[in-house]
Amino acid sequence: MIKLFIRYINLMVLTIFALLVLSFILPFLFPGDLLTNISGITPETAEQRKVLEQAFMLNENIFAQFQMYIENLLSGNWGVSSSSQISLFEEISSAFPATLELVFYALLVATFVGIPVGFLAGLRHHNLADFSVVTFSIVGYSFPVFWLALVFITLFCLQLEWLPISGRIDLLFEIEHVTGFIFIDIFLSGLEESKAAFKDAVRHAILPTLSISIVTTALFVRFTRRSIMDVMEKGYIVAAKSRGFTQWQIFRKHSFKNALVPILPILALQISTLFTNAMIVETIFSWPGIGNWLIQAIYQQDYPAIRAGMLVVALFVLTLTITIEFITRAIDTTKDETARAAV
Amino acid sequence: MKIPSHFNVQAPFFLLQVNHSAMKFIGLLKHACFATQTNSKLCVLLLSITALLSLSACSDVEQSSKRAITYCSESNPAFFNPQLDTSSTTADASAHQLYDRLLEFNPINGRIEPGLASSWLVSDDGLTYTFQLRRKVAFHHTKYFKPTRTFNADDVVFSINRWRVASHPYHKVNGGSYPYFESLGLQQTIKDVKRINGYRIEITLYKSDSSFLANLATDFAVILSGEYAAQLLNEGKPSRIDFFPIGTGPFKFSHFKQNHYIRYIRHADYFLPTEGTQHLIFDITPKSSLRMAKLITGECDAVAFPSQSDLGVITERDDLTLLEKPGLNIGFWAFNTSKAPLDDPNVRRALVLAVDKTTLLDAVYLGQATRAKGLVPSASWAYQGDAKELGYNPVKARELLDEAGIPYNFSLDVWAMPVQRAYNPNAMKMAQLIKSYLNEVGVTLNIVSYDWNIFRENLRLGIHDSVLIGWNADNGDPDNFYRPLLTCDAIPSGTNRAMWCNKQYDSLIQSALLIDDFEQRKQIYKKANALLFEQMPLMPIAHAYQYQAIRNNVKGMEINPFGGIRFDNVERVP
Repeated sequence: MIKLFIRYINLMVLTIFALLVLSFILPFLFPGDLLTNISGITPETAEQRKVLEQAFMLNENIFAQFQMYIENLLSGNWGVSSSSQISLFEEISSAFPATLELVFYALLVATFVGIPVGFLAGLRHHNLADFSVVTFSIVGYSFPVFWLALVFITLFCLQLEWLPISGRIDLLFEIEHVTGFIFIDIFLSGLEESKAAFKDAVRHAILPTLSISIVTTALFVRFTRRSIMDVMEKGYIVAAKSRGFTQWQIFRKHSFKNALVPILPILALQISTLFTNAMIVETIFSWPGIGNWLIQAIYQQDYPAIRAGMLVVALFVLTLTITIEFITRAIDTTKDETARAAV
Repeated sequence: MKIPSHFNVQAPFFLLQVNHSAMKFIGLLKHACFATQTNSKLCVLLLSITALLSLSACSDVEQSSKRAITYCSESNPAFFNPQLDTSSTTADASAHQLYDRLLEFNPINGRIEPGLASSWLVSDDGLTYTFQLRRKVAFHHTKYFKPTRTFNADDVVFSINRWRVASHPYHKVNGGSYPYFESLGLQQTIKDVKRINGYRIEITLYKSDSSFLANLATDFAVILSGEYAAQLLNEGKPSRIDFFPIGTGPFKFSHFKQNHYIRYIRHADYFLPTEGTQHLIFDITPKSSLRMAKLITGECDAVAFPSQSDLGVITERDDLTLLEKPGLNIGFWAFNTSKAPLDDPNVRRALVLAVDKTTLLDAVYLGQATRAKGLVPSASWAYQGDAKELGYNPVKARELLDEAGIPYNFSLDVWAMPVQRAYNPNAMKMAQLIKSYLNEVGVTLNIVSYDWNIFRENLRLGIHDSVLIGWNADNGDPDNFYRPLLTCDAIPSGTNRAMWCNKQYDSLIQSALLIDDFEQRKQIYKKANALLFEQMPLMPIAHAYQYQAIRNNVKGMEINPFGGIRFDNVERVP
C-alpha cells in the first residue's frame, strides 16, 4: 500500500515537474519580445523594462529564472493578460469555476439518468426496451459533442425558440462573482429578482449540459448494463433466486452494490473526458469558462494567458486522473487497469 | 420559418419532424410509447425529460428585461475614449453612449447643430471660433468618481489640449496616439484654445479650415471631465481615465468584462430630454452568425454588422426589422507603397488591372453596394461621376508586370481584416477571389489575418504588403476621406494604409480646405482624383449601404451615417 502510494506520488511529482518545465520554456518559443511574453506588459520606457526584467530575473541564469517562476506561480502572481491587463490569476479563477460547474451538471445528469437506465436495461436484457436503450446509447456515444451542440442550437433555439443560445445567464441580471458557481452566486447576491434569475440560469444551462452529458450518459448506461448483467449471472444471485427472493429484494441486497463497485472508478475517470468536452462546448455556447477563455487568448495572441491557462487545465486533469487511479488501486488491488476497461 | 443558409449545420429535421408546439411533441412521444407497448418506466423517464424541457421554455425574464436593451457588438473596444482610436468598435461603445461633443451632426441632413456648445461665432477671417457653452450639464456620478461641479470651459480646454499639446500631462497616457486628429493634422491647425470665462471658449487657428466645425462634431471630439482627470492625476492613476470613463452622455459606464459584455446605466441627470432604456448592455459576440442567431432568439435586441447573406432572412422574418441607408464609406485594397516592388505605380496598376471588380461586388457585397471609382461615395457633394477607372484587363496587367521585371510566381501578402464592416462584409472571401485572379497573371497571393486589435496595430507599423480594409467617414465633408486615407500626416497615425506620401497630393488637399466655395473645392478634388488614378496607391472597390438589424419591439433606433451607434432614445416596447 505504501509502496503504491509512493509510486503514485512519484508519478505525480515527476509529471507536474515536466509540465512546469514545459510551461516555463513556452515563452521562449513564442514569437515576439520575451519580456512581453512572460509578463503580459509591453514596457513603454527603458526604466519600466528594467524593473520588469528585475522582477522576472531575466538577467540571471536560467535556473534562477525557473526558481522565480515557481515562486511566482505559488504566490498567485501569474502575470497579467496582455490583451486585458487583468491579473491572470483573477481571470482564471473566474473562468475555471464556470467550467467545473458545467462538468458538475453533466455528471449529475449522467449519474442520475445513466446508472438507473443502465440497471433497467441490464436487468431486463434482450427485450425491446433493452435493445432500444442499447441502440440509443451507442448512437449517443457516437455523436461528436460539438455537432450535437450545434444541432441543439438549430433545433431548440432557432427553430422552436425555447432556449437561449449563449452565456450562463441573461446579462440583464447583474450577479456578483463570489464562488463562480452561478446558482450559488444568485443565492448570495440577494437580488430582488433572484427567482427569475434562477430560472433564467436553468434555461441557459440546459443545452450545454445536455450536449456534453449525452455522450457520458451513454457510456454510463453501457458500463452499468454490462456490470449488472455480469453480476446477475453470479452464483450467489442464482442461490438467492432459488431461495425465493423477489427480483427487487435481490437487486437491493446483492446486485446493486456488487454491480456498482467495480465500475465507479471507471465512471469517475470520465470526469476528465467531460472536462475536455465542456471546454469544446463552452466555445459554442459562449459559456464563460476556461475553454472559451483559452480560445479567446489564442485568437488575441495573448501568450501569458495561453501559458497559464494551459498549465492550470493540465494540472487539474493530471491531478484528478492520478488521484482517482490511486484511490481505485488502493481500494481494489486485485485487478489491473485492463480488466476494468471492458465496455 | 427559415434558417439562414450559412449556419454551418445542416438542420437535423430528418431526425425529428418537429412541430412548433412542445405539447404536440410530447403527445407524439406518449402515443409512440403506448403504441409500441415498450417498457413503461423508460417512457415515463423520456416523457418527463421532455416535459421538463418544455416547461423551462416559459420565461419570467421578459418582465424585468423590458428596462434593458441588449446590443450584440462584434469586438472589444480598445478604450472607452474615441480620441485614442478610430475603430468603430471603440466609437460605438463610447462616443454617443458616454460622451457629448461641442457640436453634433443632425443624423438626417448632416447639418451641424449645437451640442455642449449652445452657440458659436466664426470670425470673418475664419481663424477665430468662439463657443458659448451650455450651463448645468452634469457629469456622471459613479462609484469611482463623484463630480463636485457641472460642465464648464475647463473641461473643453482639458479635452482638446490632451490630444493637441504634446507636453500636456495626459498627452502620453495610454499610448499617446490620437489617430483621428493626427491624420487630419489638427494639432498643427489649432494655435490656441483659450478660456474666456467659465462658459465661453475661444479657439484660434493658424490657417483657415473649412472642415473645422465638422471635425468638432465627429465621434472623436468628445468632452471629458477635467475634474476627474485632475483627481486621477493626484491619485497617480491617470491611465484609468480611458478605462473607467466619465462623461456627460446619456449613459454611465458600469462594468466591462473583456470578450463578454459592457454594461451601462442611464445617466439620470442627462441634460437633454431623452426617453429610453434604463440599462444598456453590449453583448460582445464576434461571430456574425451567432449574432444573427441571438437576434432570432431575442437574446439581442439589435446587432452590429449583419452579414450580407443574412439580410434576406431578416427581411423575411416578421419579428425583425432591417434599417438601411446609403453609407458614407469606402472599401478598398491598399498597397503598401513603402515596400518594393509596390512602390512602383505600374506594379500597383497591374495588380488593379488583374482583378475583376464586378465579381467582387457580386460575390462579396451581393449587390448591397455601389461600385467605387474614387474615394468619396455619391452621397457626398464632392462625388465625381465621370472619374476615370481601370477596367479588368489581365493581359495588360501581365505586360505591365513584365515591364516592371516582376517574375512569374512572384508572391505577395494580402491582409484580410478579421471583422465584418459594411464596406467589406467578408474580406476573407474577397482575398480568395483576388488570389484566384492574381494566379492567372502569375502572382501568388498569401492571405494573412489576425485578431482585430493586433491586426490594426501591425498595420500601423506598416509590415503588410497590401490590405483589404476600408473607411467609414465621420462627417460628410470630402476632406474626411482624402486627408486621413492618403496624406503624409496620416502615415504615423495609422489611417494611411497605403503608407503613401505624395507632396503634390498633400498640397492639393490642403488648398481645398482654404476655400469655402463647394464648386471650387470640387475642382481641386477632381485634380486629386486624377492623381490617384495615375498613382493608384489603393484600389477603390465599393461604397456599401449601411444596415442595422433590430427586433420589431425596439423603438427609437436610427442609423447614424456620421459615426457610431446611439441609444439615447432607444427602448423596448411590449
